[in-house]
Amino acid sequence: MMQRLEGRVALVSGGLRGIGLAIAERYVAEGAKVVLLDLDAEDSAAPREVLDKLGSAASYFRANVAEEADWQRVSDAVKDRHGKLHILVNNAGTDLTGPVESLSMESWRRIMSINVDGVFLGTKHFVPMMAACGGDFKGGASIINISSIMGLVGYSEVSAYNASKGAVRLFTKGIAIEFATKKMPIRANSIHPGFVMTPLMQAGFQRWVDKGFASDPQALVDTMAATTPVGRLGDPSEIAGAAFFLASEDSSYVTGAEIVVDGGWTAQ
Amino acid sequence: MAKRLEGKVALITGGTSGIGAGTVRRLSAEGAKVAFTGSKAEAAAALCAETGASFHAHRVQDAEGWPALMQTLRDSYGRLDIVFANAGIEAGDASVEDVSLEAWNNIIAVNQTGVMLTIKHGLAAMRANPEGATGSIIVNSSMNAHRAMGNFVGYSVTKLAVLALMKSTAVHCAAQGYKIRCNAILPGVVETDLIRGVINRAPDPEAARAQFNAMAPMKRMAQVEEIAGLVAYLASDEASFISGSEYLIDGATNAGAMGV
Repeated sequence: MMQRLEGRVALVSGGLRGIGLAIAERYVAEGAKVVLLDLDAEDSAAPREVLDKLGSAASYFRANVAEEADWQRVSDAVKDRHGKLHILVNNAGTDLTGPVESLSMESWRRIMSINVDGVFLGTKHFVPMMAACGGDFKGGASIINISSIMGLVGYSEVSAYNASKGAVRLFTKGIAIEFATKKMPIRANSIHPGFVMTPLMQAGFQRWVDKGFASDPQALVDTMAATTPVGRLGDPSEIAGAAFFLASEDSSYVTGAEIVVDGGWTAQ
Repeated sequence: MAKRLEGKVALITGGTSGIGAGTVRRLSAEGAKVAFTGSKAEAAAALCAETGASFHAHRVQDAEGWPALMQTLRDSYGRLDIVFANAGIEAGDASVEDVSLEAWNNIIAVNQTGVMLTIKHGLAAMRANPEGATGSIIVNSSMNAHRAMGNFVGYSVTKLAVLALMKSTAVHCAAQGYKIRCNAILPGVVETDLIRGVINRAPDPEAARAQFNAMAPMKRMAQVEEIAGLVAYLASDEASFISGSEYLIDGATNAGAMGV
């Protein structure tokens, strides 16, 4: 494969699993240096396994995206190690489901702190570094925020997640216009995955089974596949393809846009 | 250039100039065999010599001409993987008060019925692929689908209409179990030869260029190659879970207002 991200430095939050890991794998395969963030301890099994697989192009820092102090520490570390950041993927996220009247204030604040504060803080702390090196490549630096089809349409008992992902969608448009009008060499776009087979999705399925909504996780997978026009769930690598497009110079005029990867789900 | 489209056959309508010609170049460079249509034979011959693509004189609104075109493609290539429904016009367009019925009908014939015919015939060819129904259809809409222009009523209406056409096609193909995806791109102002001509003919070309550049928050027009890059992505197997989607490529124009 031709390495189209040679010389670039990327950061992927929530990088140890699912969509984040698939994006990190793709970026490394395309020649980028990749910094991964996640909640696992730095000397624990999951990061060791991922770093073994990705090799010396990848590094890992434990960071809670909802904590500003963690972002400060990570941006200092990235500055020391690479001096630059060209690609920021704000991917870390969590879910929350249930009837709106049953959601606790604490659980609402938690999902907002991860899904919304996390995207804001990552952007805030890396924009100066990205503005400084965006001119290195055609198309400039690229911020890629992982929203969801649930950031485009509402869904029963998903209201908190809807609100958090809708916020990511419009935050992204706001910064896209801000950077463009100030001629800062940073583009910003949101990706809206449909139903994708990830550990987060699997954990959610298991919770629904535990609540008695379905007999087993496979029944839920089948239901999701049946409501998706192409008749199957997405694979994390298919989201990574979109994240690669947005990171590459092919997307040099794409900013403030919503990249929907949902097998036709929102077209219905 | 990465060869993501090796072994694929592509049909591009309106391929002799602008975004169409840029896409003929890009898909060819990525390894696809490309056939394109249009009516400017001289420009087409030069593009064929440059890229190895083949040209077939045909206008998308010519319903009677479609079967013969598709037969020729079948005989020459034996399959079809990518359709870029790109041909479009705005000639004679005006405000709803001023537009003539003739111009309105003509714009609908090309921009709307022409795209429907392109999809209809492209889909039939993709269904006949040896391994079953596979392929990627890409419709060239416009950012003006969501940002209607007062002085281009026909263009604004048809570019929104083809989004419904695209979504209906995507849902239909999926429901039938075809592995055929259908998506639309929505470009902003692109610096094509057509736009360059408008700029150069203006009383003050520099001022005209500045005006076009100022239309997007990014403060510049798109280059044809940038649009072709998006088409190449949607055409490739990398976009395998993408269907029924609208892809803005407009330098943040539709993301909102520019602010102060």
